[in-house]
Amino acid sequence: MKSRHKKLLVIVLGLAGLGIAAALILNAFQSNLVFFFSPTEVAAGKAPADRAFRIGGLVEAGSVKREGDGLTTRFIVTDTAKTMSVVYKGILPDLFKEGKGVVAEGKLGADGAFAATQVLAKHDENYMPPEAAQALEQAAKAQKSVVQ
Amino acid sequence: MIPELGHFALIIALLLALTQAILPLIGAQRGNLTLMAVARPAAQGQFVFVALAFGCLAWSFLHNDFSVENVARNSFSQLPEIYRFTATWGSHEGSMLLWALILGFWTTAVSVFSRHLPDDMVARVIGIMGLVSTGFLAFLLTTSNPFLRLLPAAADGRDMNPLLQDPGMVIHPPMLYMGYVGFSVAFAFAIAALLSGRLDAAWARWSRPWTTVAWAFLTLGIALGSWWAYNELGWGGWWFWDPTENASFMPWIAGTALIHSLAVTEKRGAFKAWTVLLALTAFSLSLLGTFLVRSGVLSSVHAFATDPARGAFILGFLVVVIGGSLALFAWRAPRMLTGGAFNWFSREAMLLANNVILLAAMGSVLLGTLYPLLMDALGMGKISVGPPYFNAVFVPLMAPALFLMGVGPLTRWKESSLPDMVTRLKWALAIAVATGLLLPLTLKGFNPWATLGFTLAVWITLTVLIGFRERLKTGARLTRLPRAFWGMQLAHLGLAWGVAGITLVANYQEERDVRMNVGDHTTMAGYTFTFQGTTERMGPNYRAARGTVEVSRDGKKLFTLHPEKRIYNASGMPMTEAAIHPNFFRDVYVALGEPLDEEAKSWAVRVFHKPFINWLWIGGLMLVIGGFLAASDRRYRIAVKAAAPAGAAAQGA
Repeated sequence: MKSRHKKLLVIVLGLAGLGIAAALILNAFQSNLVFFFSPTEVAAGKAPADRAFRIGGLVEAGSVKREGDGLTTRFIVTDTAKTMSVVYKGILPDLFKEGKGVVAEGKLGADGAFAATQVLAKHDENYMPPEAAQALEQAAKAQKSVVQ
Repeated sequence: MIPELGHFALIIALLLALTQAILPLIGAQRGNLTLMAVARPAAQGQFVFVALAFGCLAWSFLHNDFSVENVARNSFSQLPEIYRFTATWGSHEGSMLLWALILGFWTTAVSVFSRHLPDDMVARVIGIMGLVSTGFLAFLLTTSNPFLRLLPAAADGRDMNPLLQDPGMVIHPPMLYMGYVGFSVAFAFAIAALLSGRLDAAWARWSRPWTTVAWAFLTLGIALGSWWAYNELGWGGWWFWDPTENASFMPWIAGTALIHSLAVTEKRGAFKAWTVLLALTAFSLSLLGTFLVRSGVLSSVHAFATDPARGAFILGFLVVVIGGSLALFAWRAPRMLTGGAFNWFSREAMLLANNVILLAAMGSVLLGTLYPLLMDALGMGKISVGPPYFNAVFVPLMAPALFLMGVGPLTRWKESSLPDMVTRLKWALAIAVATGLLLPLTLKGFNPWATLGFTLAVWITLTVLIGFRERLKTGARLTRLPRAFWGMQLAHLGLAWGVAGITLVANYQEERDVRMNVGDHTTMAGYTFTFQGTTERMGPNYRAARGTVEVSRDGKKLFTLHPEKRIYNASGMPMTEAAIHPNFFRDVYVALGEPLDEEAKSWAVRVFHKPFINWLWIGGLMLVIGGFLAASDRRYRIAVKAAAPAGAAAQGA
């Protein structure tokens, strides 16, 4: 092979490699995006049935119940307009509390409850997870527009 | 009085930074030696005054001066003294001051260790760093003054975030910033070279040790951060692909690419434009990382809206630095001569592949980190990109890079022979693949990810050994090998250790959440954990439920662990303090969840068995030591000295 051809080959191979990497990245990106829905949106049927997503809002006061095994917890997440029941097995984060903001990731279960694989409550007592804050905001806006 | 003194010192530092930036740059452009000579004293004076300001802030924290707003918000009278000191950089304002302080430190280091560089080069480098200092000091003084008074003074502080009250957090931010800010030296050298139009091997040789040292500090900072997350967050994880972690990881990847491409520029005079671009990228990503983490934009993009001055300043500064340097690059780069030609199979080609893969990896992290922020800012809904994305992208990208890492150091510059390489490495490859295939079978059965990880770890280890053997064959003595070579080998070996550790812990760790009454036990990986209840304990600024878990094996008692659940007095914030028993082969990790009954007799307990997790930190430490070793190579000192009398003549060598 002439050196010019070799050079061309290297360039072509390099570009092919980059193309594969880009395709890989974008594909992984597409299939791993996790969307966020508020309880109101879930109630309206906007959330996907077969794909993981995130919900957020406040943990309704008095709604946290433990099952017999001590590790499965059921609680209700509200955006003050609609509510959603959530079931989670495992240890909850330190800052999980009734009346406080929470974000959960998981899928809709067959019984209509949200089966969470992960519950997030962040690093600071007064800190509201941004998703939860947005859910409350949207619900408040929606209610206002109904009143008007 | 002391806080005012600090504020005043900061203003003087800003004036000195302006002097340090403007006069030497003008001097270098006009060839005026008097103006150029301003650079060193101005830089050192600036450092002294920033240090004075920092000292004043630290004094206020140590003396519990709650009339200073920053102290009142981030400290507490019951806080142990060491954490009162580290609280100095626990807040946004304090951490920006630390940034400025470390920038002053690096500038001073450049002014001291550049005696043998041409005057105009030194003037330009220090001048550019002065411009960056000016930006940071102006940002501090106009939007983030750490010395603001609170009237009336608070009776007591609101305490430091309990998560930050950990020994790992004491040194993590300074080390991380040493890395971030250290890239400003490489950045300043690159800009100075663009300005002077002298992009040559000498330029690469001057910036190499600085870049390597900065990279080693950044590696140390990231490793400490990961170690802290593992110890303190109570989730047993060591890397979460969290945006704050990604913010430090992106400059690290760019810095790694830069180190390797600088090698080509120094030895072969090739990749000049590319190396300059990487130097600009690494520092720009450092700035981006600092601002992402410190501006509050990650918890909410609307944090900018609550403090528009800060947000506008940050964005403006980023635009000026990134835009300005890219514009200069576009203007000057076409004039650069390209270096020597090389074959497709050569050291240059291997390092080029390394760079391409690293930058693709960096781009994937950047996409995953910024895309959700962008969508949110544009009001297009909330999305999150989690570990599955990063793992799916990172592993396939890194695998070929790690494979090439075995080959690269053994290739020759310019041209290497592929058949020859195959003969040299076939046994290493065979052993690596065999280990990768067989080792998982002896553990828990075939597992493709474990095979990949083990193969690569063994492959790199063997090629490093072959590298030593081939050097010794030529008659060199082990102790006589250059430190740069030792450094590279150690760092590559460290990465192999890290890969082995990651593979083992990711594929073979065990985790269990259990409900435990007093006397209950659970068995994992041969260890039996017996819960013996909790007792109350008072800490300096918290109270804790202290659990006692006895760990035994085959009926023989081994050790007792004391995980805690703490409630901090000032903030009322609960915190999980995991108890870890480490050794070379595994960690046993116990964390308390929450009490499950009124009398707190029964608890949710999380138990982990983490095989070989310490290999991660050991590998990280080897990378760090390798970096420092390489930067201390005699060549950099001798080459600089030889260049001094001969001046520009030596640069062609």
